[in-house]
Amino acid sequence: MGIANPAIPLSPEQIAKNLADIAPAMLAEEAYAEASRCLFCYDAPCTRACPTSINVPEFIKRIAARNIVGAATTILDANLMGASCARACPTEVLCEGACVYNHEKAPPIQIGRLQRFATDPVVLSGKMVLSMAPPNGKKVAVVGSGPGGLAAAGELRRLGYAVTVYEAKDQPGGLNTFGIAPYKLTNADALAEAEYVRKMGVEFVLNTRVGKDISIDKVNDDYAAVVIAIGLGATAPLGITGESIDGVVGATEFIEQVRRDPAKVTVGKRVVVVGAGNTAIDAATEAKRLGADQVTILYRRSEKEKPCYEYEYMLAKKDGVVFQWLTAPVQVQAQRGAVSGLKCVKMKLGKPDASGRPAPEPIAGSEFNFACDMVIKSTGQQKLIELYRQVKGLVERGGKVQVNESMQTGNPKWFAVGDCVSGGKEVVNAAADGKRAAYGIHRMLFGDAAVPVRKPGPRLEKPAPHPPMPF
Amino acid sequence: MVDLTSNLAGITSPNPFWLASAPPTNSAYQVMKAFDCGWGGAVWKTIGEPIVNVSSRYSSVNYKNFRMMGLNNIELITDRSLADNLRELREVKKHYPKHALVASLMVESKRETWHTYVKQVEDCGVDGLELNFGCPHGMSERGMGSAVGQVPDYACQITEWVKEVARTPVIVKLTPNISNIVYPGLAAQKGKADAVSLINTINSITGIDLDTFEPRPKVRGHSSHGGYCGPAVKPIALNLVAALTSHPEFKLPVSGIGGIETWQDAVEFMLLGATNVQVCTAVMHYGFRIVDGLISGLTEWMQAKGFEKLADFRGKTIGRIKDWGDLDLNYKIVASIDRGKCIGCQVCYIACEDGAHQSIALSGDPKDRVPKVLEDVCVGCNLCSLVCPVDGCITMKEVDNGRPSVSWRQYQAKLAAGPAAAH
Ligand SMILES: Cc1cc2nc3c(=O)[nH]c(=O)nc-3n(C[C@H](O)[C@H](O)[C@H](O)COP(=O)(O)OP(=O)(O)OC[C@H]3O[C@@H](n4cnc5c(N)ncnc54)[C@H](O)[C@@H]3O)c2cc1C
Ligand SMILES: Cc1cc2nc3c(=O)[nH]c(=O)nc-3n(C[C@H](O)[C@H](O)[C@H](O)COP(=O)(O)O)c2cc1C
Ligand code: SF4
Repeated sequence: MGIANPAIPLSPEQIAKNLADIAPAMLAEEAYAEASRCLFCYDAPCTRACPTSINVPEFIKRIAARNIVGAATTILDANLMGASCARACPTEVLCEGACVYNHEKAPPIQIGRLQRFATDPVVLSGKMVLSMAPPNGKKVAVVGSGPGGLAAAGELRRLGYAVTVYEAKDQPGGLNTFGIAPYKLTNADALAEAEYVRKMGVEFVLNTRVGKDISIDKVNDDYAAVVIAIGLGATAPLGITGESIDGVVGATEFIEQVRRDPAKVTVGKRVVVVGAGNTAIDAATEAKRLGADQVTILYRRSEKEKPCYEYEYMLAKKDGVVFQWLTAPVQVQAQRGAVSGLKCVKMKLGKPDASGRPAPEPIAGSEFNFACDMVIKSTGQQKLIELYRQVKGLVERGGKVQVNESMQTGNPKWFAVGDCVSGGKEVVNAAADGKRAAYGIHRMLFGDAAVPVRKPGPRLEKPAPHPPMPF
Repeated sequence: MVDLTSNLAGITSPNPFWLASAPPTNSAYQVMKAFDCGWGGAVWKTIGEPIVNVSSRYSSVNYKNFRMMGLNNIELITDRSLADNLRELREVKKHYPKHALVASLMVESKRETWHTYVKQVEDCGVDGLELNFGCPHGMSERGMGSAVGQVPDYACQITEWVKEVARTPVIVKLTPNISNIVYPGLAAQKGKADAVSLINTINSITGIDLDTFEPRPKVRGHSSHGGYCGPAVKPIALNLVAALTSHPEFKLPVSGIGGIETWQDAVEFMLLGATNVQVCTAVMHYGFRIVDGLISGLTEWMQAKGFEKLADFRGKTIGRIKDWGDLDLNYKIVASIDRGKCIGCQVCYIACEDGAHQSIALSGDPKDRVPKVLEDVCVGCNLCSLVCPVDGCITMKEVDNGRPSVSWRQYQAKLAAGPAAAH
């Protein structure tokens, strides 16, 4: 990357320190103490808040009873991506946000960290704990090995399918390996999770892009069903002049480089990140942690409308990232072929737009130059529409694949899960989708009866209240 | 001003907090330090024929994350020489004349032996004697400890022997490992004891190593049943104290022991009639320093209640412990959930639904997690208020059912008088 004014490179030790776990693994004593705080709520709000409905009180109770393998079994049975979710989930808006302790102004149970405590010894060591049905003779293909694809593949395997995962990249894991901030999820851990699914009996075909290296028709013909789990594509362009200048990079592309080898990434002394979503925050904090002196996030709306989570916002502020609200980029400035600044315009908030948020409007004559050495665009990812178009009957709307409640697309044989359906949510949503798709396929191929539901046995009436004493 | 001095059958101490006869009172080194820390008295580690202890002596029961909810030991009486014990008793008394120093004794069931020991310890200047008829392991197999405490006639006999020569007050320490505490209690009284203390430890096996199948505490792969004490035993101790103090024929002062860790625990024993209290496990867990909190808590509480001396509240609860048959069957309470305090854990719901009387309903709307008490079927058992994690959220409210107070005994009497009278 041609950056005119690069930050002073950090030593490998410093990089390792800067990118180390922000929520480190719990020590046993800490985990047991925390687990014993759990109230074991009935119909627990944390379980309801989890997109994969992990029986949280049950796994925590198992931890408290020193049954770690049992705890991991509870988690993985509901969510095969339990180990990465434990690290990546925005728990403050999910399970931990729902913990009843919040109503008591007491700190919620650290569910994410407990989940990691339970799953690490099982997933990272490849210990098989889940029940598996015998082979049922059917083959399913999964396109993409992100959390959505891995969850679908693993669950299909558990249901007895022979599963092949096609992955365009050289390594499995999707954004778990190449997207999530490294201080949340390490490459080794992300790969160990994919390896866990492989060990369950799923076949992986890497470096193979479906629709290019292998045709849609072939996949369609060779398998009883297909799960599309391709996520999203490259960062969308800003649509301003100068975007192709050296030193302008997309956030997901920048982060992928950080994940591949942070020591090889050059960041500018002064970095501007355009956008204030969670990805923008990640790009900003990662740039800062790789040595940038000054990282500024530009956002065209105000602080109130920022799309990132509060937790991420605080993280960026703690890292010293500066926020420049009501500011939009107009043009990238260059000197000798490299970024030298970003011409910006001040914005004001107008009437609500289609999203319901106030529409930002440029203030005429307020343009100014923001001197910087690197621009990271974080304005959303493009949709991988080329692939959808090749699948007969598949309907997409605004680049999102349309599915029914079983994640089945307009082509009954083709299912879709994860970001390519949602337009970009979280790891846990992709995992939930993957499981739903697996069961959808199972019902399609073997009928509703193939997915047994536990029915309650007979009951007598509840006893009537005791009659009053006869005096 | 609050006066904490206590007087147990003539043994006075600056406050009612004594160390029970156990490892904390093993030596002068410890007892002197304890007195400096503020303990009012100490019962010396039981003296008798020197014994040999095993290695690995304690094991415990944890509750969730709390250590030592209950402690078990297979230790015996003092393993120090009689000469050392006597010399140190004398030293302690010399330097701490105002503190209560009591010698605990356990010797073979021979009149002369008891006489010799009583004379020897009294010559050291102790303020009283405690006869250990309670130790449930080791010594009992040699015909001492609870082997004596479990047979009222022996207990009476030995107490009489001691009283023949004792010049200081004699406390008999009772074992809880009996079917009815009243018999050994009355036996001590009959033998002319001046006071009783209770409880000693409860027979127990605290746990087993699930990998090796060895019981704990492990002594080369084996163990022995031991004596249980600590917070877990307090309710048992309170019940045994109450059984004695509410018995019409029992007149002796009581030293309360068993699971005392906080000032509240101590007050409970005293409300049931104890003159003072003794502490062992809590000191083994946290050290002598806990006495500060005991004194401060008791003082504050007495001040708040307007009590000036311990006797002002001693025994206040005794009359309230009745036979079940004398309780009012027409007293009716129902649970009431404070919507403002409820945090929506729904633990009360499932406790009542599965574990009690199906008297709590859920709203049916996942967004409204506050359960509702079905007052017409609630039996007023308290369970929901016990499991509720929020203080004061579930309270039990009295319902005026317009019915007169009637106990089971009265009801039976009415029935006996004929159907007309019963209605
Ligand atoms: C920078 C960033 C940070 C994030 N941080 C978090 C976070 O902290 N917590 C959280 O929960 N979520 C986070 N997310 C969101 C989360 O990563 C995604 O929601 C999740 O990974 C989606 O999973 P997926 O399986 O749908 O897609 P992806 O993880 O994107 O996986 C798709 C896979 O399909 C492959 N593929 C694409 N096309 C083809 C093809 N034609 N043939 C074969 N393979 C193909 C891709 O190479 C990729 O490996 C973040 C996302 C980004 C971009
Ligand atoms: C290790 C240990 C040794 C004990 N040794 C004696 C003893 O020698 N004599 C005695 O009368 N009681 C002995 N006890 C019993 C205690 O004095 C006391 O009665 C009992 O522990 C209950 O009180 P606590 O719950 O405060 O510990 C011993 C208890 C423990 C834990
Ligand atoms: S008091 Fe007992 S019966 Fe009544 S609601 Fe509570 S738990 Fe149920």
